[in-house]
Amino acid sequence: MNLNDIERAMRAGELGRVAQLAIEHQIKVAEFFGAVDFVPVTQAHIMADTESLGESGVQWLESLAAQDNGSARVRVPTITDPRGTDFAKAAVLKHAGWILDLERRTIAAFTKLGVAMTDTCINYQTIQAPVRGESVAFGDTGVVIYSNSVCGARSNFEGGPSALSAGLTGRTPRYGFHLDAQRRATIRVRTAWTPKSLNDWGALGAVVGRLAGNYWAVPVLEGLESVPTSDALKHFGAAMASFGSSAMFHLAGITPEAVRLEDCGGERLREAHRVGEAEVRALQGQYATQKEVDVVVFSAPQLSLYELKVLADLCEGRRFRKPLLAITSPQVKPDSDRMGYTQRIEGAGGHVMSGMCFYQSYAREIAEANGWKRLATNSTKMVNILGGYGYVPLLASVERCVEAAETGMLK
Amino acid sequence: MNEFKARHAIGAPVKGQALVATDGFSARYDLDRIGGSFSRPAHKLAGQSYNGKVLVLDTAKGGVASAWMLREMASRGVIPLALVFNSVNPILAQGAVFGEVTLLAGFDGDITAQIPNGAIVEIDPARKILRIL
Repeated sequence: MNLNDIERAMRAGELGRVAQLAIEHQIKVAEFFGAVDFVPVTQAHIMADTESLGESGVQWLESLAAQDNGSARVRVPTITDPRGTDFAKAAVLKHAGWILDLERRTIAAFTKLGVAMTDTCINYQTIQAPVRGESVAFGDTGVVIYSNSVCGARSNFEGGPSALSAGLTGRTPRYGFHLDAQRRATIRVRTAWTPKSLNDWGALGAVVGRLAGNYWAVPVLEGLESVPTSDALKHFGAAMASFGSSAMFHLAGITPEAVRLEDCGGERLREAHRVGEAEVRALQGQYATQKEVDVVVFSAPQLSLYELKVLADLCEGRRFRKPLLAITSPQVKPDSDRMGYTQRIEGAGGHVMSGMCFYQSYAREIAEANGWKRLATNSTKMVNILGGYGYVPLLASVERCVEAAETGMLK
Repeated sequence: MNEFKARHAIGAPVKGQALVATDGFSARYDLDRIGGSFSRPAHKLAGQSYNGKVLVLDTAKGGVASAWMLREMASRGVIPLALVFNSVNPILAQGAVFGEVTLLAGFDGDITAQIPNGAIVEIDPARKILRIL
């Protein structure tokens, strides 16, 4: 691997032990994928909920922050994905003390390293969206697929240790979606149906993600009749990344690297797949197995201000029998408070939480503590995840989910 | 044929019993990491223990959590002996580096169709070789 002067200095430990550990990790990953050099990054984004880290990961993070007499800092703006709790709502979730303790220790270690605790998976809506051609090291699949596809930025999936390493070194190995060739379309999909609701956009993303099938496949979708909103593409991309491990898509005539089909190489591909409402309804039907619900959750990705407004409107005049959790980012929550959305949702008996994401917040433990099993949501990404945590995930529109919180039944 | 060449490899040499399925893998989506078994009902290995096995699967799925989780699983000693996939995403490679787990990926042909479930296999990452014993 070709290293420049600063990279050689980092590897030799001349810029501290922390930078040395970080670049050694990155070089091993680079060699695995055959990267020939590094690319500088402008931002890093770290997924690091403590359910994933466990005690051993938290200890590793603390020991890293203590190296170099505690002087090591990230070299580029480095932010965080949702945490494993909302401290203000931990009692509602029945998060145990040991969970909160792990979270506090993790936050302390990250803060010591200069990481900004933004705790959001919608940083492209709330912090700073990357621009076309900008190389970044982002660590949430929904963030990566949106940044690559909608913004035209360049990132691989960067797991927590790698995203932190990128923040500490200011660079990442140049492979995968940092390369022009990897960004070309590999699978061509046509639809004659344009979704309207966010959960339909999510389900269409899941259908396309299943067709794509792996990280290295890049679908180009033709036939959409209108330009999707940022929230629609948020759900579309997050579900595609979840179901397909996909990191990039093109929408012909819409996304920046496919203004013309030939821009992404789509014209040379045989039109191999047609998808539409029937495929979307079939996928949704797989998550319509029961009527009774124990809990309703809006999360994954965190809700935008516009989604909270819709939810607040739907809460008018209702009184919930079942818990309803609406989860947003710490950046959106104050606006939701100011606009009165939080008050309207909580006035109906719901809870607005921030800085966490449901599936990253000890989903198994809170299921056991609260007796939750049948979970209704409009998030196609979340239903794909929660089966492994012992839930029966039920997928429905936001309107039907709100109604279910009131009646206890999905109609 | 009892020897298979991978395009990507990392980790220490290992020998163990293969657990094979044509399905994906995500530590968060698919596993009961405390109990050491596949927990997602729709997974083809649902209910089966992965502890100490050479997992032979199609591809990496899901999110980024596996990058942390492999090391956490290793710290408790409840972890596959090695991971062998037709293709991997960066997360599993990063997680294998961080957790010091043996990983092989990228073969000519479908590796899940070529390794019998339950076979004893040997992996030499330095030579990027998997061998059925």
